[in-house]
Amino acid sequence: MKAKENTIALLVRNRPDVLARIAGTFSGGGFNIESITANITKTPETTKIIITTKGSATTMEKLKKQLNRLVDVLSVDDLTGRMASRRELVLFRMKWNDESRSAVMAAVDLYNWKVVCMDDRYCVIEVSGRKDSIDRAIQLLDPLGLEDFSRSGMVALEKFKPE
Amino acid sequence: MKLTGSQVLLRTMRREDVDVIFGYPGGVVLPIYDELYKEKFRHLLVRHEQGAIHAADGYARVSGKVGVCLVTSGPGATNTVTGIANAYMDSIPVVIFTGQVPTGLIGSDAFQEVDITGITRPCTKHNFLVRRIEDLASTIHEAFHIARSGRPGPVLVDLPRDVSQATIEEEDIRDDFNTLNGLEKPQQEDIAKAVEMIRAARKPVIVSGGGVLLGKASEELREFVRRTGFPITSTLMGLGAYPGSDPLWLGMPGMHGTYYANMAITGCDLLVAVGMRFDDRVTSKVDTFAPNAKIIHIDIDPVSIDRIVRSHLSIVSDAKTALGMLNAALAGGDPVPAEQTREWMDQIDAWKKRVPLRFSESTDRIKPQQVIRKLYELTKGEALIATEVGQNQMWAAQYYTYDHPHTFISSGGLGTMGFGFPAAVGAQVARPEKTVIDIAGDGSIQMNIQELATAVQYNIPVKIVILNNQYLGMVRQWQQMFYGRRYSHTDMSYAPDFVKIAEAYGATGLRASRPEELEAVLKKGLETPGVVVMDIRVEKEECVYPMVRPGASIADMDLGLELPAAETAPTNGGEDPQTRSFN
Repeated sequence: MKAKENTIALLVRNRPDVLARIAGTFSGGGFNIESITANITKTPETTKIIITTKGSATTMEKLKKQLNRLVDVLSVDDLTGRMASRRELVLFRMKWNDESRSAVMAAVDLYNWKVVCMDDRYCVIEVSGRKDSIDRAIQLLDPLGLEDFSRSGMVALEKFKPE
Repeated sequence: MKLTGSQVLLRTMRREDVDVIFGYPGGVVLPIYDELYKEKFRHLLVRHEQGAIHAADGYARVSGKVGVCLVTSGPGATNTVTGIANAYMDSIPVVIFTGQVPTGLIGSDAFQEVDITGITRPCTKHNFLVRRIEDLASTIHEAFHIARSGRPGPVLVDLPRDVSQATIEEEDIRDDFNTLNGLEKPQQEDIAKAVEMIRAARKPVIVSGGGVLLGKASEELREFVRRTGFPITSTLMGLGAYPGSDPLWLGMPGMHGTYYANMAITGCDLLVAVGMRFDDRVTSKVDTFAPNAKIIHIDIDPVSIDRIVRSHLSIVSDAKTALGMLNAALAGGDPVPAEQTREWMDQIDAWKKRVPLRFSESTDRIKPQQVIRKLYELTKGEALIATEVGQNQMWAAQYYTYDHPHTFISSGGLGTMGFGFPAAVGAQVARPEKTVIDIAGDGSIQMNIQELATAVQYNIPVKIVILNNQYLGMVRQWQQMFYGRRYSHTDMSYAPDFVKIAEAYGATGLRASRPEELEAVLKKGLETPGVVVMDIRVEKEECVYPMVRPGASIADMDLGLELPAAETAPTNGGEDPQTRSFN
């Protein structure tokens, strides 16, 4: 069966070992985490975790049931194929010189990116978007002096409140 | 009034109806042990922490209550890990209290420090590290709630020493906790669908599992069989839920299942699975497991549904509720007329007659199967039987007939050698009026033999019957069948004198070596008060049959003895089942 990318939103109790339990459920069941983000919600007792993972529909069913079995997991929501906005944030550190600077700045202007900080040797650029546009940004910046980058992993939110 | 953490612990356990703790003291649990002493809380001192967790597990299996064990930090805690994994695999409700170094020292590699919540995360239903005395009572209540609710399981609570020693005003103690959402009742339309499938069945079979016992649904199961008239088989974990002496009983299925249970599953057109999870020792090769059947799967854990075997209808529910609803829907009239299944029932009878459970008797060697049969006769089937793991376990499952629920105590999922004896101790504590027998092997019994001291100290009169073949019998059997009789490190003939061991511990030791001695020794052993060890010297190279080779179809059995000619044509697609000898 084809392994496609899936997005799962978990609402969990904000306890110190909850991430370890979720990570353990993935590793114990032989599943792989592609990306993970975790953050607070409106209520401080709960945390929202967005995980992207590859797997067939059958595998996902098994994974979701196992996550649901964890005591500290309050809900498991599969956003795959649903109307949801998906975004990633990336910071790129460019090493630039007088020659490459104008090419980098042209790209920043063209794509509406943001320069976070800069001096004569380095600049840090902030890019947000869907996974494919992030991948394209990497391709574009790589030959222009891309030294390192840091990706946030995907966050996702359903466009309408589910029933 | 101010209470210490230790006092809060005992107070909360009393509220949870705990009447006995199996435990072993140590440095960081000294404050708790001091309180046990002052309050005269019932506590049984084991001789190894593994004994404590298995005893709590055996106690839970028999009493239907949550078993409790208490150990110290570090090695005390790690010694319980095998037993925790054992309880997890068999879904047994136990709460394990482990001591921990003071909160300020956690993470400093302090003396006897170990990250036990980290170690046990994958083999507990849930675990807690209590950091503040304010959270202690609510955490303990939540631990008991989690252990016994839904699909039960072990829950560990780690107690740093400073939390046990801290004090709290009584009125500040909080007992409430956020409860988890309970299970919803099964949908009426799913019950209706199940009834429709049941009414249409011509070749039905029921497979029940440990979930029926955990859900205390034996009565509902019996009622369900009465209403439908369907034949029934149970996994190892489910033995006793349905009476083994009933004509509709097929024995256990799977790797060492009966010929007729395996044939019935292979040939059936409807399989009703209740409270079981299609373990590989039951299904063997999944593709050929009930290949022609519509499958109804009732289980409390959604994870079990469609995990191994895809069902046509699944009902997520405890067994008691689901079977109760099915029984109500099947009430009145004759839901499945006998004529509809007559041919199938005749076929099953023919299978039963063709290959009953059997072994070849001997005049000069005691046969292990004969020992179990004799125990059944002498106890009139009324004993609680605990087993170790291996051949002894399989013979105990096959040759003792279990008519009552919660009478067979065995390590099903994990297969833990050394489980049986301490579990028998726990079972006897739960049911002091019963005869409790641990059917052991000479290998397994040596894995927790130190608990003889516990049993003798508290006069817990467990009877240990060692089927002594001087081998690790089941491993030897596989070596015989699959490894050219190369008995690599399975020879256990260098062993202590079990009679003298018993005597050294203050128990009674008996021995039988010849068939004519067997009955007298078993009788005397069962009649002697107190702890008795019976060393029964049995045939050394006896094998457990039937046997399904790992990975083969369950219809493909080695029967050990010659298969008599078929009297009626089998119904599984018209082909005679393959039988083959591996020897």
